[in-house]
Amino acid sequence: MTEHTNVTTKNESWFWDGATASWPICFGYIPIGLALGVLANQAAIPFWAVAMMSILVFAGSAQFICVAMLAAGASIWSIIFTTFVVNLRHFLMSSAVAVHLNGIRRLFLSAFAYGITDESFAVNMTHFRTGNWDHKRAITVNQLANTTWIISTVCGAVLGQFIPRGAFGTDYALTAMFLALLLFQLHNIVYVLTGIAALGISVAWYLLIPGDSYIIGGSITAATFGYFFKQYREKHT
Amino acid sequence: MSFSDYLFLFAGMGLVTYLPRWLPLFFLARRDLPKWLVEWLSLIPVAILCSLLAPILFTDQAARSLEIGKPEFLVAIPTLLFAVKTKSLGGTVLIGMGLYWISGFLLS
Repeated sequence: MTEHTNVTTKNESWFWDGATASWPICFGYIPIGLALGVLANQAAIPFWAVAMMSILVFAGSAQFICVAMLAAGASIWSIIFTTFVVNLRHFLMSSAVAVHLNGIRRLFLSAFAYGITDESFAVNMTHFRTGNWDHKRAITVNQLANTTWIISTVCGAVLGQFIPRGAFGTDYALTAMFLALLLFQLHNIVYVLTGIAALGISVAWYLLIPGDSYIIGGSITAATFGYFFKQYREKHT
Repeated sequence: MSFSDYLFLFAGMGLVTYLPRWLPLFFLARRDLPKWLVEWLSLIPVAILCSLLAPILFTDQAARSLEIGKPEFLVAIPTLLFAVKTKSLGGTVLIGMGLYWISGFLLS
């Protein structure tokens, strides 16, 4: 009976739990979304096209790049190809989150995949690690962040340059969120060393190789290093 | 550009964004993964977070060059300390924003 009661309470509050977990993301998305809308407005992209882009693509950095490339007169195919390369990192995130969504319906997984971003991934993984988290709570985080993003970008496009940039430190919201989430992930020395390796490798990669490959390159190299360190440590203790 | 040009562009961008998000979930979540892969994947969040943060904290992103001691990094130190103390995500976001906002006045 106790088991049953727990499950009921757990299910009842899923929306509230998801909303509570997602607010730092939404908070960070508002200034960035507004900024994207303003840039699109300056590049003569109509507000309905901004809405269409935010709904169909839902990927912050790729959307910024798209606006810049459109403004520079790039071809449609080169924009699509660049988007593909920039967003390949989500392949890693989707793989990592799959471990926690074992046995969930494929239709649900297909809907969930749409909302995987750097931010929702980081927040959901932290909650999955601490337990008391499930697919409903996770998709609530994804979709509230998505809704905020769509509204913010369209508002930016409509309101144009009336909004001051960076007031109250909003530019730092997502950085602060990443810092806190990173800290919560440092369970033992293996994670700490993986993080330090990722910092070093990705900075070097970022400085030496143009483009955004430093995210995938730094992550894969550092995680592999961390994995072998863990193997070594288990053998020698 | 016309409505159909935009639709084609964004549908294309949407497709190439959705596929990498969808493929692993769709095919991996229904089976038991080997132990080494689960262990490797468990290190991915830390690695990705650090890779995303590193250029923000340690480089001049306009010039794409190394920059030690930039405001983003200096603000990160007390922000991290606050996160260690409180374990609060929301609080850390607010403190980080506040400190960064203040640093804009102090360091300019």
